[in-house]
This record gives sequence, C-alpha cells and structure tokens, in this order.
Amino acid sequence: MDDEIKYKNVKELPPMTVSTGLMLVNKTGSWRSLRPIIDEDKCISCMICWKYCPEACIDIVDDKPVINLDYCKGCAICAEECPKEAIEMLEEGK
Amino acid sequence: MRLTLPEQELMSSGHKGCQGCGGVMAMRYALKALGEDTIVVIPACCWTVLEGEFPYTSLRVPLLHTAFETAASASSGVRAALRVKGKDDVNVMAWAGDGGTFDIGMQALSGAVERNEDFIYVCYDNEGYMNTGIQRSSSTPYGAWTTTTPVDAFEKAHKKNMVDIMVSHDIPYAATASIAYPEDLIRKLNKAKSIEGAKFIHILAPCPSGWRCASNQTVKLARLAVETNVFPLYEVEHGKYTINRKPRKKPAKEYLSLQGRFRHISDEVAAEIQEQIDAGWEKLLKKEKDSME
Amino acid sequence: MGNHAAAYGAKLAKAEVVAAYPITPQTQTVEKISEMVASGEMQAEFIKVESEHSAMAACIGASAAGARAFTATSSQGLALMHELLHWAGGARLPIVMTNVNRAMAPGWNIWSEQTDSLAQRDTGWMQIYCESNQEVLDTIIQSFKVSEKVLLPTMICLDGFSLSHTYEIVDVPDQQLIDSYLPSFDPEYKLDVDNPQTFGAMNSPDWYYEMRYQIHRAMVEAKSLIIEANKEFDEIFGRSYGLVENYRCEDAETIIIASGTIASTAKDVIDTMIRNGTSVGLLRIRSFRPFPEEEIREIAGKAKNVGVIDRNISFGHEGVFFTETKASLYDLPEHPKAFGFIAGLGGRDVTPEDIEDMIRITASGDADEVTWYKLKDAGVVVTK
Repeated sequence: MDDEIKYKNVKELPPMTVSTGLMLVNKTGSWRSLRPIIDEDKCISCMICWKYCPEACIDIVDDKPVINLDYCKGCAICAEECPKEAIEMLEEGK
Repeated sequence: MRLTLPEQELMSSGHKGCQGCGGVMAMRYALKALGEDTIVVIPACCWTVLEGEFPYTSLRVPLLHTAFETAASASSGVRAALRVKGKDDVNVMAWAGDGGTFDIGMQALSGAVERNEDFIYVCYDNEGYMNTGIQRSSSTPYGAWTTTTPVDAFEKAHKKNMVDIMVSHDIPYAATASIAYPEDLIRKLNKAKSIEGAKFIHILAPCPSGWRCASNQTVKLARLAVETNVFPLYEVEHGKYTINRKPRKKPAKEYLSLQGRFRHISDEVAAEIQEQIDAGWEKLLKKEKDSME
Repeated sequence: MGNHAAAYGAKLAKAEVVAAYPITPQTQTVEKISEMVASGEMQAEFIKVESEHSAMAACIGASAAGARAFTATSSQGLALMHELLHWAGGARLPIVMTNVNRAMAPGWNIWSEQTDSLAQRDTGWMQIYCESNQEVLDTIIQSFKVSEKVLLPTMICLDGFSLSHTYEIVDVPDQQLIDSYLPSFDPEYKLDVDNPQTFGAMNSPDWYYEMRYQIHRAMVEAKSLIIEANKEFDEIFGRSYGLVENYRCEDAETIIIASGTIASTAKDVIDTMIRNGTSVGLLRIRSFRPFPEEEIREIAGKAKNVGVIDRNISFGHEGVFFTETKASLYDLPEHPKAFGFIAGLGGRDVTPEDIEDMIRITASGDADEVTWYKLKDAGVVVTK
C-alpha cells in the first residue's frame, strides 16, 4: 500500500473508485508554519506527545519520540501537552 | 518508556485533517482499540474529505464511503454479508459526525439499533457541520456561534442527548468518550467489541477551525469539557449508568472562554449555560443512582 | 402472482442478503421472502429495515462486502432510494431489485404507471420491463448473471396489479439447473480485512470523468451480455427474451412500440388485425437501459408509421419511450413517421379496443405527434 500509484489512462483504472495506496504520499509537512523541537535533555520519554499527535507522525526510536517533519502540520498539541515543556515551537524559516 | 495505548497505527500520516483535528485523534484511538479485523463505514462528514483522495487512503483497514444518512443502514448490510460468509470475528464500525448522527442519519441509526444490529456506531462530535464550513447541527450547544447562528441570533436550542436516545432503544452498550482520555476511549471500544449487538460511542472531538480556538487547544478543551461537566464521561450497560469520572467541578467559563464561538456571550448567558450544565450533571447522577437500585 | 414470482426468483438466484421495506403493490414479495427465510427454505439474511432508503443502503453495504443482494420496491419507495441508486451504480455493485411500477403521488394512487422507474433512468442501473410473471422470475436469475459480469445493478420492472397481483402459471426451474447457469458471487473487489481497500473516496476531476466513462462502457457492453445470458438461459430452460421482442414486425407497414403488460395485450390485438388484413407488428422494448437503439432501427426503421404507447409522461414533453425511440430512428436516411400515445396513467385500463384504436390512428399517418389518449376533455375523446 505504500507505493505511489500512477494511472496513465482509463484502461489502467479499476472499475470503481477504490483506493489501494496510502496517503503517506501526501507530505503534509508543507502545511506547517511552526516547527516542534524536542529538547532531549528535558524529555523523559513519557510519550504523551506520541499519544496525542493527530498526525500519528511521532515515531518511537530507541524509546524516544522523534517527530517526522514530513507529516507534522505544526498543530503544537505535543508542545501544549508535554508535562516537561520539552517541546518548543519555532517559526519555520527562521 | 511505557506506552499507555497500543502501538499499532492503523491510521496513516498524510491525511488531510486540519491542524489539531479532534476527529482524527478519535479515529486513531478507535482503530488502535479495534485492530485490523475491522471494516469502517463512513458517511458524509469531515472524514469523507480528510481520509484521502483516490487512489489513496489513510486507513489500513477496509473502508466503505457511503451517503450522508446511511452509516447505520450500510453497516447493517456489511454485517449481514459477513454473517452469510461466516466471518463473525470482524468488527463493523460506523463512523459518523454529529450531523450524520444527530440529524440526517438519525432514522437509519434508530432502525439499526432497534434491530440490535451487531455493530459499533461511533459519533465523533464536533458540534456542527464543520465540513461544510461551520453550520449549526442539533448537536451545537446553547450559546454557540456558527455561520447559521450568527452572534445576533446565537444557538438557542439545547444539544440533544444522543446517549439517552440510544438507551431508550434498549441498546446493550452506550458510552461517552473523549480524545483527552484515550485510555478510557480505548477501554470503551474494547468493551463494545466484546458485546454482541448494537453499541454506541459518543466521542467529543473538538474542532479548532469551527470552535475558533488555537490548534494546540484540542486536548485541553476536550479535557476541560470533562472537568467542567460539559461533557461527562459515562457508560450505560443494558440500562445501567456508570459515571467514569466525577471531577471536582471547574466553572464552565474556563471551557467557554477559550473558544471564539462563545466570545459574544454575556455574563447572563454564561450563567444560564452554567445552570444547564449543573442541571444536566444532577440528572446524570440521578440516572446513575436510579439504575443502581 | 408476480410478487411471488419475484420472491422465488430471488430464492433461486440464491440472494444472500435481502433488505426490504413493504410498499403496495410490492409487499407480497417481502412477505414471501420472509416466510421462506424463516422456514429455512431460503438461506439468506433478511434485514427488515425502517425505510427503502435504508433498504438500498443495506444492499450497498452487503454487496460491497461481497454478498449477492436483492431488494424489491415500488413508486414512492423507489423515489426515496434515488440517491442510493446513483450510489449503487457508481460503486459498480451488482444489486438486483424488482420495482413494481406504480404511479407517484399526489394524489395517492397505487396503480400501474412507469414514471417511477423511468425517472431513475440516469442512475447507472439497467432497467428491464417484463410482460409476464414467468419473465419476472427468469429475469431475476439472468440479471444477477449479467450484473455480476458487467458490475452494474439491475432494476426489473413489473406493472402494478396487472402483473404483481395477477396469478399465472409459472415454471419454477430446478435449483441444480439454476446453479449451473448462475455461479456463486465472488467479486474481485470487496471489503476484505485481508486485503484492506477503501471504496468510494473523494475523486477529483482528474479521474472522476474516466470513472463515469467506465460506467457508460459497462452499460453499452451489457447489451451483448443480456443477449448472451438469454441465449444460455434458452439452452437450459427453453425461454429467451432478448433486449426487445419482435412480434410479427416483418414487413409490417405499421409498428406499435410498447412495454410491460400493454405489450402483451397488444399481441392479441395484432393477431386479430393481421387476420383481418392489416399490416401491423409489435416491437416490445424489454431493456430500457441499455437502450436497444440498433434493434429499434433494424425492426422499426422500414415501417411507414410507428406508434409508441407510453404509460408514463415527461411533463411538458412526451412519453419517455417515444423520445428515446425517435432519437434512435433519427439518423436513418429515411425514417418512419412516429406518433406518441400517453395512455393508462395511474392504472387507467388500456383495453384491446384502445390499442386497436391507437394502431389505427398510427396507421393513418395522420395524427398529432403526441396524443393524450382518451383524455376526458369536455366529454370529447381527444385523439388529435
């Protein structure tokens, strides 16, 4: 399901509107105006940021949260909910 | 590190939900609870649009899009097909917004629950027609602004109590849940999964775009809705009410003041809302007490 | 009765999910199916929904999940389904439904008229109009075969009361023979947890247009598949119907075009008239979608005069079969004169004498293009 699907013409189409690929092709990171930065010194790996992420784009790598910026829309729920205030939202482009 | 939710992600990144969408969080949790053996039926709602665009989807489980008022009836058909094919271990989850549940889909929902179809009906409630640009629904709370209840004529009707309506159908299981309490939400969906017959889960899903609040406030607002008794967490099993959280009551103003949709309300209206909330809470306590006896 | 023939058709076709709601004059179909499911004679899930809208929605859910789905309705019920008829067609779900043709209210009228189904013309459903109860039963079985091949739903229409409630002897074929004719339904695309796919998502102008083209192609392709399914049915059961029925049209100067039970009445009239020296034939249109334009050109194209009897009306215009027939004849270098008759709306009787009269008016070649036949107009029978 992870691959990009490229139909060239009507003959290649399935008979009905059936979706067989994943929206992972849609890199929603471009929506973002604020970029979350995790302060690793403050982070206690409670994974509350992972828990509340509406994008399901916080990966767990070596028991630590890693934000996938390809998909993060910058909603800042993670920063708001972090009990240690370990996530800072920085303006993109700065 | 200890995860309090199942790790498996059946909802993928890349969906088109607005920043901070509560409805997206609700789906993520629901699928964590129900797992891969689940067929989802979605009528017209925000999820119709945000889910994806042909030929892509953001669900790793089968999904049937269907017409606005047909979540419950189309789900009935899916269940019937699974039964004739002998696939009894598959969950059927209807997933509708408040418009599709409280309003246009009410008849089909009533029919399916009366027939006690074996399915889980989830209403993710953002208290209005948010997908079409914030119009009032019969779930919009008293006092709220929407584009069809402008500030000079703000919403005057009271939000329907869907759980009570479901309980009146003798539904085996009905519950409220909140995206601020995902462990509770998942527990409830797991319970729903274990019960045969119709199940109704009412999830409050704050909508930053429609509630006129910052995108980072979604969880906070959902939590405040519980803490102020605006949206109490409870479940009803075969008519027996159990309140899951009896919070030390915060004033409703803490909840209302964070949302632009209530910005216009006077102190009098705010007081009225507080009275309604208190009365609703007392009623709920009484239902719990009465159903214990 | 026709309603029972429909129920037996669904049973023989081994419909796996039936979702239906009662409406006059279809109700005996759902009653009979209920009885057969309750007794175990029919192995199906019967969902007793709270409306026709939910009936079609449930059929859509069932069909999308890979089950053979059937329902029955009429008139107001069909109109209530309208949104979902588009859905079933667009989703390419091979649902089969009988519609008992009944007039639309107001005023309330439970008698025969085809405006209900013809108003659903562009929903992506095949539409077959039957003239006998045997044809109703046989067509249900044939339609599942065609629908499942071409991935389009079929609506089988039978006239209210004159078929739905009329008792005729119907041959109920042997189940084993039916099974050899109609294999079980095993669609390539379905809701399946082992192969998760999403059906009916947003589809932008990028591909929506091509999706519509595919429905169109499927409908065109259905023509040959209906003929093929009839041929194969004929080989086993000795009965065949086709897209149209050519009844004594060879070299006929006047051809009358009709559908449903008006066509079956017309056959007797034509036999008598031919015996008395009139050159006349009947072209019965059975398949309305796909529309048999080639057959109409071939059979009716050489006639001098063609009369189309419509038990339906497109207000401000004319009968629907008349419009479609004329359009089919248009590109012939020389085409017959065509006359339309609006007759029998709301179940008004169309007698053999009426049909003979309409044939004579047609044969005269001298009439208004459209006649509201026997309209009570200041006590005068208006024919021109």
